[in-house]
Amino acid sequence: MKIAIEVNGETRSVDCSPWKRLLDVLREDMRLTGTKEGCGEGECGACSVMLDGEVVNSCLVAAGQCSGRKVTTVEGLAHGETLHAVQRALITCGGAQCGICTPGIAVCAAYVVDRGLLRDRDEQSARAAVRELLAGNICRCTGYQLIVDAVIEAAREVGR
Amino acid sequence: MTEYVRPRDLDEALATRAAHPDWMVLAGGTDLMVNATHQQVPAGILDLWRLPSLGDIATNDRGVTIGAGATWYEIENHAAIVEGWLPLALAAREIGALQIQARATLGGNVGTSSPVGDSLPVLLALDAELELASVRGRRRVKYSEFCTGYRKTQLAPDELIVSATLPHTQAHTTWRKVGTRRAQSISKVMGAAAIELDGGVVRTARVALGAVADRPIRITAVEDAVRGLAPAKAAEAARAALRTAIKPIDDVRSNAAYRREVAENLVARFFSGILS
Repeated sequence: MKIAIEVNGETRSVDCSPWKRLLDVLREDMRLTGTKEGCGEGECGACSVMLDGEVVNSCLVAAGQCSGRKVTTVEGLAHGETLHAVQRALITCGGAQCGICTPGIAVCAAYVVDRGLLRDRDEQSARAAVRELLAGNICRCTGYQLIVDAVIEAAREVGR
Repeated sequence: MTEYVRPRDLDEALATRAAHPDWMVLAGGTDLMVNATHQQVPAGILDLWRLPSLGDIATNDRGVTIGAGATWYEIENHAAIVEGWLPLALAAREIGALQIQARATLGGNVGTSSPVGDSLPVLLALDAELELASVRGRRRVKYSEFCTGYRKTQLAPDELIVSATLPHTQAHTTWRKVGTRRAQSISKVMGAAAIELDGGVVRTARVALGAVADRPIRITAVEDAVRGLAPAKAAEAARAALRTAIKPIDDVRSNAAYRREVAENLVARFFSGILS
């Protein structure tokens, strides 16, 4: 089946089974290998991308379902050489170690910050909200503290 | 090669379903696509994701009618549901995490009818009625009659789930889930209740639990035992009645003894919690 998907602002076509996972379309057909496979069962969030503006696990989305829809991967978060605020904050706060969860964390955190989901919250409630909103992204290295720091920092930087 | 149809409207979806009853009916994929690369490839996919009108949520004379395509994210953030049917919003908020809630649908939870489907005890306790459709017509069936066994339902091969309607209620309603962690965990035990008091004693109660049987179930022994009792007494009666009413199992997520103890605590708290 011919499938056209707008990926990171550019319409790209693939010819594949509609049952193929979006994750594999991105990594194999489009060579966008920033998106990682962790568990393959929707538990870990490593494969998180935005689909029509929502954060989803790309291992649980069938390629056919993406036809005519918009996908943003970790490669699409930056504007040219300028990293997204959450990417900068993950670096400055040290919110990454081995790195396999990091693209998914960056995508989910960008959604949280860009949607203004932390707006009008005090520090304590914002930190609790980050922990709940990122609960679907599992990290086995950092202990989460520095990731939470990074999301709070990014939200502060962009005024949200 | 897998066929694929994304219908424009419900009529086209029903016609496709009737023509291809063996095809996978797919919406958010959060259940059906787990380990997709290790699954048998479906002959075809009937894609209901974002089918127009299937995701609508509206209040009406009967209660709130929630389209089968509504996601848990939409349900937990819907003001009328939070106001009038809070247990469903609370359950929605603990189904997976953000990524799952953005894709998983009411219709998916109902269609699979797993014993650990988190919304299902809510549908039982709040007495939800489903609307099913096929090219032959439409029918309504209570969720309590819809699920007939382990992941078995009375959905016909040519039918689709259109919506669930939860009636207006003045009852005290609650929902509680116990899992390994707050988010992204499959329940060890969860349940919901709708309790009506009259003059300080229980007039009627609907109590439902998940993960304690082959399907989500109403616990009628508890419902009968608490009638006419004040909440504190009802809590103890509920605990005692539950003891012989369920036969939970040992599996990878928990064991029978723990499930039994947690289930007893949950049903007791459904009643004692009314006091606070």
